[in-house]
Amino acid sequence: MADLNLAHLAAGFGAGLVTLGAGLGIGKIASTAMDGTARQPEAAGDIRTSMIIAAALIEGIALFGQVVCILLVVLK
Amino acid sequence: MSEAVASAAEAAHGGGGGEFIVEHVLNSDTLHLPFVGHVHLPHLKVFGIDVSITRHVVMMWAAALILFLLLLTLRRYRKTDLVPKGGLANALESIVTFVRDDIAIPNIGAHDAGRFLPFLLTAFFFILSCNLLGMVPYAATATGNINVTAALAICAFIAIQAGGILHNGFFGYFKGLIPHGLPWPLLPIMIPIEFIGLFTKPFALCIRLFANMTAGHIVILTMLGLIIILKNLYVAPVSVVFAVAVSLLELFVALIQAYIFTMLSSVFIGMAVHQEH
Repeated sequence: MADLNLAHLAAGFGAGLVTLGAGLGIGKIASTAMDGTARQPEAAGDIRTSMIIAAALIEGIALFGQVVCILLVVLK
Repeated sequence: MSEAVASAAEAAHGGGGGEFIVEHVLNSDTLHLPFVGHVHLPHLKVFGIDVSITRHVVMMWAAALILFLLLLTLRRYRKTDLVPKGGLANALESIVTFVRDDIAIPNIGAHDAGRFLPFLLTAFFFILSCNLLGMVPYAATATGNINVTAALAICAFIAIQAGGILHNGFFGYFKGLIPHGLPWPLLPIMIPIEFIGLFTKPFALCIRLFANMTAGHIVILTMLGLIIILKNLYVAPVSVVFAVAVSLLELFVALIQAYIFTMLSSVFIGMAVHQEH
């Protein structure tokens, strides 16, 4: 059936889009974290911790999308 | 359900390199040990519930045993000096104080943090050891199984609701979900949102941990599988270097995900216990 091929195609597009979103989001976090650290090097430790927490949360959402794509491929 | 997923994935991937990725990531009832070979694990049923011992169950038992033996070394300092001596005891104590001072107390408050500290410490150490055990050769990642992370999320859910209800009273807790001073036309929107939010937050904890662990291992296996799929030996240097880099990232992600799970659990417990926004 064409449905299975469409599902695979959609999963491929979805995975790419999800990764794109995650990359943009985490890139923005890293950029502002580096600006903050350059502005005030004493706060580097706190900024690094907050950056890692925010990156993990955004990655969590990106992986929600990835799980949906995997379900598209795996379920009939 | 895992057998259906396994067979569906095998049918979808067919020949080529698909099966070994699926075989390493999903649960199975055989253990592959280095010198012993394949060990078939028993299928057990208790009152019709399937409690067979699978690979991930053995991994969880191994993690629990390792933690038990490690944390036994801290036990003798309770009665004698209260000050640990030696590298291992100091390291474990520093991790425990990190969870208490940087995760529990800032989010729950110094007064109430003590009641939830056993749960937070257990979650942190268990998830960390399960994640790290998945990086050992011949072992599997127990937290890469959605049932395991669902069970951990259910424990977090129980901790959050019990903490909130015991601190604020049963009706006080549900009344406190709605922010104070909200204009009344917004109530029909806020009540379902807040009520569903009680369930989506632990659900997000479950999926985040599961997907992070499984995705990392799938990437490593795919990179190594490219050698087999492309049937070309010259891919091997690139593949192996990339797989090593992703494995190092996986170690980092293992630590981060344990920290994130514990921190978000403590944030949700803090939000449930101290409901004034």
